[in-house]
Amino acid sequence: MSSTLVRPAAPAVDARPPSRKRRRPDLSVVGARVAWLIVAGVFVFFFAVPILWMVLAPTRTDHDLVVGSPIAFGSWENLKTTWEHVYNFQSHAIVTWMKNSAIYGIGSTAIAVVTAIPAGYALAMMKFRARKLLLTVTLVVMLMPAATMVLPLYLEMDASGLDGTVWAVILPTAFYPFGTYLAYTYYVGSLPDELLDSARIDGANEWQTFWRIGLPLGRPVIALVMFLEFVHSWNSFFLPYVMLPSNDQAPTQVGLSTLLSASVLFNPAAGVSEVGRPEIALAALISSLPVLIVFILSQRSLVEGMTSGATKG
Amino acid sequence: MGLGNFTRVATDYRFFASFGHVMLYLIQWLVVLLVLVLTLALMLHGRMRRTTKVLRFLYYLPGAFAGAVSVLIWTILLDPAASPAGGLLQAFGWASSNEVLQRDHLPTIFMLIAFWAGAGSWIVIMYGALNGVPLEVIEAARIDGANTWQIAFRIQIPLLRRWIAYMLILGFAGGMQVFVEPQMLQNVAGRSWSPNQLSYSFAFGAADLNGAAAIAVYLMVISLACAMLVVFKARLFEKE
Repeated sequence: MSSTLVRPAAPAVDARPPSRKRRRPDLSVVGARVAWLIVAGVFVFFFAVPILWMVLAPTRTDHDLVVGSPIAFGSWENLKTTWEHVYNFQSHAIVTWMKNSAIYGIGSTAIAVVTAIPAGYALAMMKFRARKLLLTVTLVVMLMPAATMVLPLYLEMDASGLDGTVWAVILPTAFYPFGTYLAYTYYVGSLPDELLDSARIDGANEWQTFWRIGLPLGRPVIALVMFLEFVHSWNSFFLPYVMLPSNDQAPTQVGLSTLLSASVLFNPAAGVSEVGRPEIALAALISSLPVLIVFILSQRSLVEGMTSGATKG
Repeated sequence: MGLGNFTRVATDYRFFASFGHVMLYLIQWLVVLLVLVLTLALMLHGRMRRTTKVLRFLYYLPGAFAGAVSVLIWTILLDPAASPAGGLLQAFGWASSNEVLQRDHLPTIFMLIAFWAGAGSWIVIMYGALNGVPLEVIEAARIDGANTWQIAFRIQIPLLRRWIAYMLILGFAGGMQVFVEPQMLQNVAGRSWSPNQLSYSFAFGAADLNGAAAIAVYLMVISLACAMLVVFKARLFEKE
């Protein structure tokens, strides 16, 4: 099948004859189009309105959010007040959370790329004993749900004395078999053996072929692994929640849960607090900004990377 | 010693309840994921491809707010008093946040949150995979008189088999290990709603690491067994 699933060239995409619709202005065709618009529109609302709400809520007061229309712009002054409430929460905790998330995200992404890309390359392009076995193990570990590993990992970190340090979060997060699998399928599909053979004949050793050919040609899959791993690290909750119980080591995801429990809205026992709906929305928005930027930049490469792996694997 | 820990946790009164909750959630989540992701991907692929670029992007964007953020936002959005969809919630007869955030509603609520944050990237991926279906095949089917439904069910969906299998595996594995949602909504869910929460309670509430590890093993065996089933059914890793 691999030969038939190759993506067609760009101009071929819209090859439907446009005249077809005009020739037969059928009632059922009109009906189908209306149904299409309704369904697509309903889902636009479902996916986009929560984001719109999140962006607008910090500009309003909590009272106004309840009394007034749910989707409306408040004032810049309110936004400033909301920001001050968020910023002052537990003496600038949000800055610490963001810094921690950045350290864990960048650290684990760096390690994941440095380990997963060469591993995938070697599995795809080199011949060595136990290659099949390693590949199977990679696939099995890839399917193993990460959260079930959290407690065993905690024991491991505890035994090795790493618990409570940043490594207790960075190292398990950086372990990324799916990245290895993506690199493997990418190299199998897009790096011809002949290219490497000619380099070897020219006297390059394995390390040089990887460095001069494998790495530069692997740019799309490197970008994809970086994206997936960074987002995965930024959004992980259970692992840091277990590994790093102290608040000054918490990443944003864990920090946000303390914010929620400090709000009267969700914890009637919280007592008087400045954390209302606008503050929660603003904190949620700020802590998602890095991922949001990465997301917007990488929609295209996500599809290309994932589906190139699919069709060529 | 021996299998003692496994029988001990399995006879805990919270054990089957937590798996039951997660099963209720998983059934809804996987059905909705499968049906809606395929419907939307096929819809967006079938018409006005240039304009649907914007739609795909909007569907995909909530993925940036996955995890704790999505739980935070949805707990507010499900409050009839403050929600943009307040009218809809009131139409169901719920007047306050407490009436929406009930224990019985949690599987559906978690499904909604997971779908909001997770469906978009799968729609984008399925759309990308649909681009790989050769146009000649579809044109040939159309000339033979196949309608849109027949093309979708007989040609496009079978060719997406690997991606569908992969989506279901990841959806299942992710759903089994649900933790952040019930943990953040502890006031409603309690501390043992999902197996991972129960495992966490064993480890850090009762200092019973053996019991916690036993639950982790149960979870892993179930997820791996289901993953293997799907892998072999869909021949996911075969080279053709």
